[in-house]
Amino acid sequence: MKSRPLRDFESARHFFRLSMESCVSSDGNAAVKLAEVEREEIDAVVVRFAGDSGDGIQLTGGRFAETTAIAGQDLETFPDFPAEIRAPIGTTYGVSAFQINFGSGAILTSGDAPDVLVALNPAALIVNIEEIKPGGLIIVDSGSFSAKNLQKAGYKANPLEDGSLEKYRIFPIDISRLTLEAVSGAEVSKRDGLRCKNMWTLGLISWMYDRGLTRTTDWLDGKFGKSIPNVAKANIAALKAGHAFGETAEMPDGVRGFTIQPAEFEPGVYCTVTGTEATSWGLVTGAQLAGLKITMCSYPITPASGVLHVLARLKSYDVTTFQAEDEIAAVCAAIGASYAGALGVTSSSGPGIALKTEAIGLAIATELPLIIVNTQRAGPSTGMPTKTEQSDLYLSVYGRNADAPLVVLAAHSSADSFDVAIEAVRLATKYMTPVVILSDTYIANAAEPWRVPDADHFEPFKVEFRTHSTGFQPFMRDSETLARPWVKPGTRGLEHRIGGLERAYGSGNVSYDGENHQRMTDVRFRKIERIADDIPLQAMESGADSGQLVVLGWGSTYGPISSAVGHLRADGKTVSHIHLRYINPMPKNLGELLARFDKVLVPEMNMGQLTTMVRDRFMIEAQGLHKVTGKPFRISEIEDGIRASLEK
Amino acid sequence: MNDSATAAHLSAKDFTSDQEIRWCPGCGDYAIVKSVRKALAEIGTPTENVVFVSGIGCAARFPYYMATYGFHTIHGRAPAIATGVKLANPELDVWVVGGDGDMLSIGGNHTLHVLRRNVDLNILLFNNEIYGLTKGQYSPTSREGTLSPSTPMGSLDHPVMATSLALGAGARFVARSVDTDQKHMPKVLTRAHDHKGASFVEIFQNCIVYNDGAFSAFGEKKTAPDTQLHVEHGQPLIFGASGNKGIRVNRDILALEVVTVGENGITLDDVLVHDETNRTLAGWLARMEAPEFPVAIGVLYCDPTESYEAAVMRQIEEAKEKKPAKGLNSLLQSGHTWTVE
Repeated sequence: MKSRPLRDFESARHFFRLSMESCVSSDGNAAVKLAEVEREEIDAVVVRFAGDSGDGIQLTGGRFAETTAIAGQDLETFPDFPAEIRAPIGTTYGVSAFQINFGSGAILTSGDAPDVLVALNPAALIVNIEEIKPGGLIIVDSGSFSAKNLQKAGYKANPLEDGSLEKYRIFPIDISRLTLEAVSGAEVSKRDGLRCKNMWTLGLISWMYDRGLTRTTDWLDGKFGKSIPNVAKANIAALKAGHAFGETAEMPDGVRGFTIQPAEFEPGVYCTVTGTEATSWGLVTGAQLAGLKITMCSYPITPASGVLHVLARLKSYDVTTFQAEDEIAAVCAAIGASYAGALGVTSSSGPGIALKTEAIGLAIATELPLIIVNTQRAGPSTGMPTKTEQSDLYLSVYGRNADAPLVVLAAHSSADSFDVAIEAVRLATKYMTPVVILSDTYIANAAEPWRVPDADHFEPFKVEFRTHSTGFQPFMRDSETLARPWVKPGTRGLEHRIGGLERAYGSGNVSYDGENHQRMTDVRFRKIERIADDIPLQAMESGADSGQLVVLGWGSTYGPISSAVGHLRADGKTVSHIHLRYINPMPKNLGELLARFDKVLVPEMNMGQLTTMVRDRFMIEAQGLHKVTGKPFRISEIEDGIRASLEK
Repeated sequence: MNDSATAAHLSAKDFTSDQEIRWCPGCGDYAIVKSVRKALAEIGTPTENVVFVSGIGCAARFPYYMATYGFHTIHGRAPAIATGVKLANPELDVWVVGGDGDMLSIGGNHTLHVLRRNVDLNILLFNNEIYGLTKGQYSPTSREGTLSPSTPMGSLDHPVMATSLALGAGARFVARSVDTDQKHMPKVLTRAHDHKGASFVEIFQNCIVYNDGAFSAFGEKKTAPDTQLHVEHGQPLIFGASGNKGIRVNRDILALEVVTVGENGITLDDVLVHDETNRTLAGWLARMEAPEFPVAIGVLYCDPTESYEAAVMRQIEEAKEKKPAKGLNSLLQSGHTWTVE
């Protein structure tokens, strides 16, 4: 059977041109609707944009996500791009993709199999086709399906013609040509004109899902309007042409406009945030609640650099950023800043965190606050820099020389990163300890709607620096928190020396005494353990607090686990969900809570790191569910894991 | 930071901590700590505003012996940690102390970058051309052929020259002193302190246990006049017990050479006059090695420019002026927001 190209777009193009002529208004710009097209109402849809890494796919996705948020729908995005900045054009390894799941109900993941794929070249098609839902709609730029591009992608025959795509609905449009026609009045080169393909596509998809264009045209005007007005004009023309194409061209069967009702959100002010933004804003908020300035010291590394970029623009919020010469210098400068009385922050991803470990040990030994943001990526070594993984749990909890405990927190979503960052600042400053914030590539890049909290309602946790000298010793301890005093250099009468050599209990003078070392090691452990008294008890995410099976998760698996557990519970299965924010120390009731279940299933994007941790801590039989493909779990994969576990 | 009222009352003793010094008897470090305390008393910054940051090694124990704030950190990283201190509080007087292994080997990268950034730190490199604390292995400044536990047949690598490296990195203040010269060192240290920006001071320091006599070619008091050239800005480059030897440029080979004033028609006019703002001259002086040349001591180069942390603070002030922070709520709503009723 032949695949069914829904339309040959040579004729559509003519039709489109005619339609445009008849519907261009007197100012020559705005297309007017010919007729009200009946739209189909749907609950949710997963759309994936894919093209060359130079095609502006991430930008297209980002703009579409924003208009989706403005339309009031819930959403999750999944930007998935190669490590190469501009891989050779047309190659499979240069394919960049952006997936968005949006709808009128609660959206917790970026979606399993996309319903719609927009592929701007053959490579984008071949790389993504396997993941598309059977029967899904594939919109391709047929103009890019040249013999050369087909060969680069590895196609022996043109898939638009050979019937190989029969299980999908193929909608070939010569987007390249239509874009060039649309931008003809903008005085741009052919190359620059073709680069507007993404905007044409965005226009079409905007039409499909009933989006206005004003937000995007305003954005384009703001970005390019002044500096390169012809580029702004071309992009806007392409965007409008794509939209007008949807409105005016005769559509093939099954391709039509859709409407999606707004999702139900609690009243409030919303914006979309990525984990990178939420983490950065959380750090600034935490520092202000603590009454501290931030000194953020970092070294560029994918996918963690974003935090440095965001904070570098927040100088007026008492943020100093420092791009150090290497990862070690970055953490060391942050430690120096904390020593001097600021909030020292450093950020990196796995390879960089590995380099920082010795210095983190120094911060533990000298008991200084320090925030370490680890945006995890696939490893070991350089691994897959732009792909997500959760494989630095061991590194964070255990990865230092000697007995060196610190606090580890994990953010479960983009928005959650905000709260986690504030909590990290609170614990670091109250207990004079380094705190690791675990994020990952997915959380860092994915966007979701966030109800912006009212900062006036946050409870401050102002740091009190030690200023009086009576009875002062650098390693004396607060009887409740076991924290040592924080003294700013510059404070008269409190001059003292600290360092990495073991310090005598109290005085902090260099001590090689064995008994003292035991005592100091004990107190360093107890200090971190006691934090368990200062964090919330572990609550159930969903389901009963005892029973047949609990799914225990941490970090960005939150979305797929929540959805999977929700589906199976709706299906009558007895399954519960616990999601950990506090990795070290763990909530006091966690062991007892887990013990109430017959089985504990731990899905992780690693080979079982939390699994072994909870086995070790609570002597329970936890089972792992592992995935390290660089992509988040699908809901269905977790559902399968739960079913298998229930049946075992 | 200089508080002249307090300055009058400060003595070297005020900078002396209660900790017993644990260097080997006869170590050059004793002389250096004495000079530093003396210089600090003269400089007069109150003890609470002074911070010593060090890495690892014999020299790096230095902060424990100073009655100021101090941070004994990890191997090689003192310049990075001190940078953080200075970024968080530019008002502090921050001194970085390390040895040749600490600052030129494991921490060589940080030394390079702290100098090029011109962070306002006073960096004291105690160069003894050996690893002391790990018991005598050769260091990055050890001369070729150095016999040590790790190089029983002699070291093979070529040494790095600290002041040349500093100049190459873009340091704006480069000076030298010798541990035994108690008169000279405090002056150099005071100059280093007064220079706003990264001040790099190499101090030749004798390791009595593992590398005794490493600097005997020019470090002995008796022979110093003939083997050291004390450079002074605006003064001719004259040395020698009789004060008649000088340095001039041999234009034929474009290199420095030693001449004797009064011989072969050489007059004082032929001798170069030290200009500490001349980077090329500083480079030449830095590379003068015994025994062919006297070793240049003093401020080889000083040409101030805005320091890094001052520039950072300037940007922050500019940002605050242009885009003043309007509170957290304004920050959190700075993206594209919408309201759900």
